Amino acid sequence: MNNRRAILKAAAVMALAPGVTLIAARAAARAPGEPASAANRWGLLIDTTKCGADCTACVSACKTEMGLTSHGRPLSDPQYIRKVDVADPETGMRHSLPVMCQHCAKPACVDVCPTGASMKRADGIVLVDRHRCIGCRYCMMACPYKARSFTHQDETGQKPYLPRGKGTVEACTLCAHRIDAGRQPACVEACAAHGGGAMLFGDLNDPSSPIARRVATQATSRIRADLGLEPAVRYQGI
Amino acid sequence: MRAAVLAILLALAAGLALGSGAAWAEDGRPALPKAKAGPCIAPPQVMRRSHYVMLLHQRDQTLRLGIRGGKASLKECVACHAADGPDGKPIPVNAPGQFCSSCHEYAAVSIDCFSCHATTPAAPQTASSP
Repeated sequence: MNNRRAILKAAAVMALAPGVTLIAARAAARAPGEPASAANRWGLLIDTTKCGADCTACVSACKTEMGLTSHGRPLSDPQYIRKVDVADPETGMRHSLPVMCQHCAKPACVDVCPTGASMKRADGIVLVDRHRCIGCRYCMMACPYKARSFTHQDETGQKPYLPRGKGTVEACTLCAHRIDAGRQPACVEACAAHGGGAMLFGDLNDPSSPIARRVATQATSRIRADLGLEPAVRYQGI
Repeated sequence: MRAAVLAILLALAAGLALGSGAAWAEDGRPALPKAKAGPCIAPPQVMRRSHYVMLLHQRDQTLRLGIRGGKASLKECVACHAADGPDGKPIPVNAPGQFCSSCHEYAAVSIDCFSCHATTPAAPQTASSP
């Protein structure tokens, strides 16, 4: 009896050892008819030490997945992810990090929206309900991460899973259409395939998920954590 | 006198019908391209009257609650009702004479769905969503 307990304990310790599983297990697709659940809290962990300054694999994969086309005006073209280069002026240490919607637990964009278009789904994904969006752009001003974009002109060739059009605000959906089907966001897949493998996606509420184990055992930070918005996107190495 | 007025009205109606570019069937109703796959989710009479009610309900369920696989779905409407053009590529459902536009034109209804929603089904090689 004692022997068996010891074996079980050893197995548990092995399973919990940090860094053993770095590739997230495939999440199960939600059954048809079942709503998003507050039992999940989808999040990202981005290791900036693995993120190359000149790599834009996540950005281009996002544009392809979401059907974001340029109108030749980079300053106002919609962007769901942008690469931000930061440097410490004292030490000269440089980092490049992808910044997308941080899917805050207390999103400022939702607080300010006058129509209820800016919303947080039960599983923590922050979305724009474009059926209700009047294009006032308060949310864009409220967001400290500059995560949202405005569609200035008529769009064609939208993806069936991502309707988007003129006069409404849009942002990263954390690839809700993929998550609902049990898949990883497009940026995470592209980073693993063509980039440095810096992004880890998973359920922060599930203590056995690789992302929850890593944030529990390793030092991670959230950008502008002082604002207390509690983002679901965490960074490592900054 | 009455017959003359009627004749003028009929002539006007005919002129409007010709001028609008829509295809009309023999009985004066809009001619719609046939759907690609089997029966619809409800009989045609129900769909004609209530499709927008179904979609209005479903859009909030899908977007705000995250419920997938609902019975009514604009994506499925488009997948089934977008006709293929002579080049084999699907024609947008809101193009003149196509499924959505021909009936909405007949009923004088202006819809806003397709300023955001895709008007053609996903191409098979890029289909990455269920």
